[in-house]
Order: sequence, then structure tokens, then C-alpha cells
Amino acid sequence: MTENQSKVNENNQCNVCNTVTPFIKELCQTYLPQKDNLISMLNEVQEKFGYIPVEAQKGLSEYLQIPMAEIYGVITFYSRFTLEPKGKYTISVCLGTACFVKGSQKIMDRLTQKLGIEAGQTTEDGLFSIDETRCVGACGLAPVFTVNGEVHGRATVKMLDEVIDQLLAEEKASQ
Amino acid sequence: MPKKMENDLITLTIDGTKVKVKKGTTILEAAKQAGVDIPTLCFLKEINEVGDCRMCIVEVEGRRGFATSCIQMAEEGMIVHTHTPNVLEARRVILDLIISNHAKDCLTCTRSGNCELQALATKFNVQQIEYEGERAEHKIDDLSPSIVRDFNKCILCRRCVAACKKVQGIGAIDCINRGFESCISTVGDRSLNDVNCTFCGQCIEACPTGALHEKESIDDVWIKLKDPETVVIVQTAPAVRVALGEEFGMPIGTNVTGKMVTALKRLGFDKVFDTNTGADFTIMEEANEFIKRFTKENHLPMITSCSPGWVKYIEMNYPELLPHLSSCKSPHQMFGALIKTYYAEKEGIDPKNIYMVSVMPCIAKKFERQRPEMTNEGMDDVDNVITTRELSRMIKQANIEFTKLEESTFDDPMGEATGAAAIFGTTGGVMEAALRTAQDTLTGQELDKINFEQVRGGEGIKKAIVTIAGKEIKVVAVSGLSHAKTILEEIKQGTADYQFVEIMACPGGCIMGGGQPIKSSKIRSEVDVRKLRADSLYSIDEKSTIRKSHENPIVKKIYLEYLGKPGSELAEKLLHTEYKAREKYSL
Repeated sequence: MTENQSKVNENNQCNVCNTVTPFIKELCQTYLPQKDNLISMLNEVQEKFGYIPVEAQKGLSEYLQIPMAEIYGVITFYSRFTLEPKGKYTISVCLGTACFVKGSQKIMDRLTQKLGIEAGQTTEDGLFSIDETRCVGACGLAPVFTVNGEVHGRATVKMLDEVIDQLLAEEKASQ
Repeated sequence: MPKKMENDLITLTIDGTKVKVKKGTTILEAAKQAGVDIPTLCFLKEINEVGDCRMCIVEVEGRRGFATSCIQMAEEGMIVHTHTPNVLEARRVILDLIISNHAKDCLTCTRSGNCELQALATKFNVQQIEYEGERAEHKIDDLSPSIVRDFNKCILCRRCVAACKKVQGIGAIDCINRGFESCISTVGDRSLNDVNCTFCGQCIEACPTGALHEKESIDDVWIKLKDPETVVIVQTAPAVRVALGEEFGMPIGTNVTGKMVTALKRLGFDKVFDTNTGADFTIMEEANEFIKRFTKENHLPMITSCSPGWVKYIEMNYPELLPHLSSCKSPHQMFGALIKTYYAEKEGIDPKNIYMVSVMPCIAKKFERQRPEMTNEGMDDVDNVITTRELSRMIKQANIEFTKLEESTFDDPMGEATGAAAIFGTTGGVMEAALRTAQDTLTGQELDKINFEQVRGGEGIKKAIVTIAGKEIKVVAVSGLSHAKTILEEIKQGTADYQFVEIMACPGGCIMGGGQPIKSSKIRSEVDVRKLRADSLYSIDEKSTIRKSHENPIVKKIYLEYLGKPGSELAEKLLHTEYKAREKYSL
């Protein structure tokens, strides 16, 4: 199977596969082929690529002897794992109880409108992704949103606009 | 010893009836012994015992909340109530919630009348749905040649997942997404066509509702039956005759061969033939192939190739072992090829005008039929495959009162078959039939030994050593794909010392195929369906006057007049095939 797969990869000249397959091979050397290693391994893949590529799912399926449907079930169950590449900046808006009653939906609405994508999606230029989260443990600062894990508390629509505009300006400057 | 036995027993009271059960018995099982039938939905004995749906809840005195009886063990002194007002109310709410997200189109559902959810709704008199809210909409996957998945009717009981993953060791489907979005699907939410599904159809047999069913193709048969230009020929597999009657309320395993033939004639088929004749040819070819391989020690063990779900499995999972697979086509494909050549020529029919229909206990046969290798001179060997269930539907649609039919026999000249062919429908049967012919061929004698008891029975793996012409042959009969995996790993590691392996994809063999009448969870936990159907096939064999394939007069005649010898050039062309490695996933 693995032989066949690598042939397919060669033919397709797929860039992602060319980096994914060696990474999975390496990863398999650090984990025993035990079923309960799945989530740890998926974590590493998610961190490395910002999503779980199909090639990685195949590789883990072969190594751990878990059917792909089951792995897909795990990936789609946990919001931490994604099937599409995340943007450079992931903006997560907390829609947990405290933030929600403090009006975080307004922030989410503004964000989706400003970026033109829905929660769970990534902008075409690959810069921004939107996530909705439930409670980041900063209820005292509600409402909050995070940018790549950095918390912005007592958030307002204006504040969100400023953060995004600043990121866009930085991106422009670096080009 | 009796004293210890006594200690292992516990006494409990269920709905006022005292019952003694073994320790380790669930409340559900104990209730059965007390004559109490607790309703279940996600429960499927030994396959899915997870306590998911909570339909089987009961009250236990002195305990808070409800006990889930399918997974909770009976305990000494327990007092169980299965139908208190609280329990009844809770069951109704559970049903209500399940039905609120269920496509309620029972009138147009293939499982109407044989649906466990429908039966429960009737039993508990669910008259209106309280929780009418948002409903999940799923697209129907009907792209595969064998299985249709309609998850608008799925109740997430996971019986199909257990049948696929646990019983068969495949795992083509699983629970994906989360919360309201949860559904049973494949990797990437793809069609079954794109994933590691073998089309064995055990998921269909496990499904309590109409979420999974075969891809029906009887409309095409009706059209051909009405077309005067077409000679419509039907053949029926051995396993069909011991199950078809069940769809008309007859006891499980009733042999209805005679009535089935009459029904097929009444439906308007021009000729009604027996796949068993095809099976006799398979034995001739397979025994010949085995003897060749055995004497030359070439690619041993040889593995049988009659089960298309199994063939797809090895192509996807163990392509390096494909040389072990017998090159024989399966019986109905062999028979189709002979009908469109030998028979057509003899009867002066243009084979292009023949429409060959196979009635099979199997839905993988629908896939097998359209494999490009299953053709000759550009013509499909078989033009349509319908299941036992589909045939029963046709008979009902034709307003035929099946149980009142008189009996008739298969048409000449292709209708004569042996007892060896009849047992093809059960695990171990192909092996036994092949051994009968192999022993006579190798010894050059007509031996009295006919029964090979060691390969009979319901176990997933049955090993035996048989001595033929002074030589020991190690054989193994396997059913169920997870058992197949065990044997294939042995072959791969080089630890297998068998010479002949029979593998059938479905646990128990074709009689338990994915196209057979669907038995409810209740029936499956109370009755050994496999044994009843298998016993019926063995009884057909016992009563047959000819019980060895090579003694079948029509087989002898066709080899003499047309094919030459088993393994001849023409036999190779018509009756043998080839295999190829397949990707498990095309994503």
C-alpha cells in the first residue's frame, strides 16, 4: 500500500504530500503503533501544518491500523482539529455564556462581515481564519477574542477593527 | 461441581416473576428468561451492546434513575420493573426525540413493515411528535452499485458501524462530526464507492430502519420481462431457496425451491435455471486448479474466489497475496457465460437477445457483475443481479400468493444440479464440495466418503486435515472478513501450512449474505438464523441423488460436447478471470 501511495504522490507532484509523508514517517518513529496514540499524533500534525491533510490521515491509518473513517470521526469531533489549512492569523471569538451575554455575537458578526467568511473558514489570501470557541477561561475580561492565542479582553467592535487593520498594515509593510 | 454451579446463579424479580440466571447475565437477557420482552433499538446481540439509545431502560427498586438493561448486569435480589408509568413516559420521550430528526416517509420506505423504529412507534402509540424542530438534511449516497445510504432515516444506533468495524474488521463507516451534525458516514463524507467498503452488506442486515438498503434494480427486470424480443433467463443461488420463504411468513430456513421456481415462471421468465449447476462447474474448475497447484506446490494455499466481497477485500488489502486466489469466476458468472455461449448456440438464440438475471443472497454480486473482466465477446456474463429481498418484492408486486403455490422444477437442460452445489451457500460448503471431487479425481475411484463434517458449523475459522490418496491436505474454511484477515496474516508471515482455504465475506456464508431477508435484533438474539438456513441446505444435499459435482450429467455433457476438459483453453476463457490491486481509498 505505502509503495502504491508514494507512486501516486510522485505522479501527482503534490507539494503537500511531499512534506506530509516524510513528516508522518518521522512521527511514526516517535510513537508506538498503538491506537491510543492517535490524538497525540493528530495534535502534532495539526501544529505542524495547521490542519490534518488527507495524506496524513492515510499515513496514520496505515501505521495505527485504524480505519480512515474512524480517524475522520475523531478529527471532525474535536474542534481543535481542522481539515482545511488555517490562515496565518486565527481569530477566535468566545461565544461562551459570559462573553455571549456581554455581546460577543456582535464581535463575531463584525468579524465575519469584515473578512467576508464564516466561522470555520479561511480567507482566500490565507491570512485570516475565524473560529468560534466556548470559554477561554477569561470570563472576567468578557467579551474576549483571541488572535493566535493572544487574548484581547473587554473587546469592542472598534477594538476588533483596530487589531485587524493593524495586522493588515503590518502585512502590507512586510511585502 | 453442582454446588459451584448453584453459586454462579443469582435470583432476581422482573415484573413480579422470579428468575434464576447465571452471574454475568444482563437484565435484558434475564428478562427474556422471565418471559419479558424489553424493547431495544441500538442493541444487536454480540455485535452492538453499547446502551446508546436507552430504549431498554427499566426501573430497579432502591436505585435512582433508570437502568439501561442491555448493558447492566442482573444482581442478586434485584427487583426490576419494565413498564412503570415513569419508564413508559421516558421511552415515549426517547422515541419522540429520535423520530423528531427522522425522515417520516414510511409510505415510501423500503423497510416499511420491517422497521424496528416503526414497530416501536406503533407499540408505544406515538401519535404526535412533540419536538418538531430543525432537521438535519443529508444527501443520499446512491453512487455505489450495491448500497444506498439515506441518513435522513438514520437513528445513530451504530449497529452498522459495529457490523462493519467489529464483525468484518473493515471500518468503512463511522460516526463523524459532533452534536446535531453527527452522522454515520465515510472518511471525507464520501460515497461508499470511494472508500474501503467491500459491499458485503452486513450493515444493511444490521440496520433497524431504512437508512441502508440495496441498490434496487427490479424495474429493469420488469421492463425486460415485458419485451417480446428478449429471452429473459433467471438463475437462483443456493442460499436464496432457504430464505425466500421468510419474506412470506414461512419459518426461517424453509426450503422453498419448488415454490420459488413456480413463482419465477409465473413472473414470466422464459427459462428458470439453477446457479447450482454453475456451482458444479466451479467445483470442476476449482478442483482441477487445486490439484494442479497441489501437485506442483504452486502458490499454496489456494483460496476460493466465489465471494465478490471477499475478492474486493483481498484486492484492496492484500494485493501481494492475489496469486493465491483461485482464478475461477463465481458460479453465477460461470453460468451466465455458459448460457450466452453453449446454451445460446444449442438453442439457436442470439446471445445478444438474452437477458441474464441472477437472484443472489448478496449485494456484492451487483458490483461483481459489472466488473470489466466479467464479459465475453463484449457481452456481460450476467445482465442484472437482484437480491432475495428484491425477488420477494417482485413476487408480491405480481400479486402471487407465494405460500399457496404448487411446486415445480428447474428447466432442462441447465437445471440439474448436485447436493455438492447446494451447500455452496454455507461456510465450509465450497470446501466440502471441492474435496468430494478432488478425492475422486486424485484416487481415480468413486469413494463413499461424502461428508466432511470438520468444515461444517458456524465458527469463523474451521481447520481440518483430510487424507486424500494417502496425502494429507490441510484445509481451513473461513467466514467473516475479520477472520479472513487472521488467515491472510498467517499466509503473509509464512506461518500458514494450509493447502486449501475457503473464504466467504459474510459471517456464516452466503445464507447470511447482505441480500437476504433482514431479521430484527429480537429474532437475531433468540434464534440461530445461520444454523436453520445451513441445516436446510445440508438437508437438500442429503436428499440429492447425485452429491458430487463431477457426476452431474449435464456437467459431463457440456465438457464432452463443448468445453473439453476442466482447465481447457475454452474453459479458461469463459470460466476464469483475473484480479487487480485496488486502492482502498480514492480521496
